[in-house]
Amino acid sequence: MSETWIDAGAADRISPQDVAPFEHDGRQYAIYRTADGRYFATDGVCTHEYAELADGYVEGTIIECPMHNGRFDFTTGEAKGAPACVNLETFPVKVEGGRILLKVA
Amino acid sequence: MTAALVRRDYSLVGPEAEKAAEAGLVSAKWYSPSISRAELKALMRRDDQPAIRDTLIWFAALIVSGSLGFVFWGSWAAVPFFLIYGVLYGSASDSRWHECGHRTAFKTQWMNDAVYQIACFMILREPEIWRWSHTRHHTDTIIVGRDPEIIQPRPPDLVAMALSVFALKQGAAAFRKLVIHAGGRLTDEEMTFVPESERRKVYGVARIWLAVFAAVIAACVATRSILPAMFVGLPTFYGGWLTYYFGITQHLGLAEDVTDHRLNSRTIYMNPIFRFIYWNMNYHVEHHLFPLIPYHALPKLHQAIKADCPPPYRSTIAAYREIIPVLARQLSDPTYFVRRELPQRARPAPGGVAAVARA
Repeated sequence: MSETWIDAGAADRISPQDVAPFEHDGRQYAIYRTADGRYFATDGVCTHEYAELADGYVEGTIIECPMHNGRFDFTTGEAKGAPACVNLETFPVKVEGGRILLKVA
Repeated sequence: MTAALVRRDYSLVGPEAEKAAEAGLVSAKWYSPSISRAELKALMRRDDQPAIRDTLIWFAALIVSGSLGFVFWGSWAAVPFFLIYGVLYGSASDSRWHECGHRTAFKTQWMNDAVYQIACFMILREPEIWRWSHTRHHTDTIIVGRDPEIIQPRPPDLVAMALSVFALKQGAAAFRKLVIHAGGRLTDEEMTFVPESERRKVYGVARIWLAVFAAVIAACVATRSILPAMFVGLPTFYGGWLTYYFGITQHLGLAEDVTDHRLNSRTIYMNPIFRFIYWNMNYHVEHHLFPLIPYHALPKLHQAIKADCPPPYRSTIAAYREIIPVLARQLSDPTYFVRRELPQRARPAPGGVAAVARA
């Protein structure tokens, strides 16, 4: 299966220590920007129950789900606190020319 | 058909669970007010300071009232001190359980977890069971057959309500379940919301708690006095009345089976002492709409979205002026409930009138 880098919008659309949604090919992603300017991407929906992580809260490298406060480390996808028990899928992301590029399968 | 014939089954493993699923009420999309990301982000910001301050005051008040109760034990002078100690132990623990369970009270997570464990013990709610039950309460708030935290069915059980004033009904159920869990089992209902991976924690905590209660009983026997239990165990009961007084106001008498927290929850203005004990859970509509927002930011959230919400109740007494007649009427008409009116400029409830009418 080929892998493609997708343009996920302007890098500055996400403020430091925040998250924004991105949808591609019917799938939702969450793209994160850390306080020190690094970018990460995960599945956009919580693994516990349906909730869009882009509505959640970013603290350090943790994203908290907006519905039940389940916690994930968005740099690895690891579930860090109940009710999140299943890890999130992560995706490679880079910034080039002020644009966020997301590598999807 | 008379109203009495439409009594519903509130268990999580009965026919109402299937009906809720068929009606699309399970894990449904709920109403959410419009608020800018920047404003929401500011409101969600975590801060240790308010909760550390409040926790130090709470523990200090427990120590002072408990010490004076000890000093005056054996005389009537001990009564007011144990009344205060009991409320701080058996009622203030409810809101600490709640906020720390959401992990929003403190910025530092171990502080949330530590206070959560202490508060759970005080209010006799097993930490893992209640974490998952409360998760379900937020997914399916007051959806019959799904929400394990519906405080009263329709029609209300007045005997159960009377027993609950001093946590007798909840306490009896809690000890029965502790024994079940200590034996390495869950109830059928609990199995619907506690994942397999978390069940061992339930069994371990139940065994520790039973050991603590056994130690308290042993201390009472050894000293030939109930004084040890007045500090650990009994305050859940003699001090639990205020948490029930507050808890009734959250949802009781409002719509069931609607996907809009503005229609099934109450926001009530409270005095500063009540708000300290309740940690701003009186902003209950706001809390359900945005569970990520810490208790200390709920008054600001209330201001930000109040144009989109029904008017708040002016006091707990105002709320009870509504609740008591509703409960009285539900005794003969279980379909009756209070329809909260949204402001004219508010965005409509999902499903419109139909969603409300189904309740």
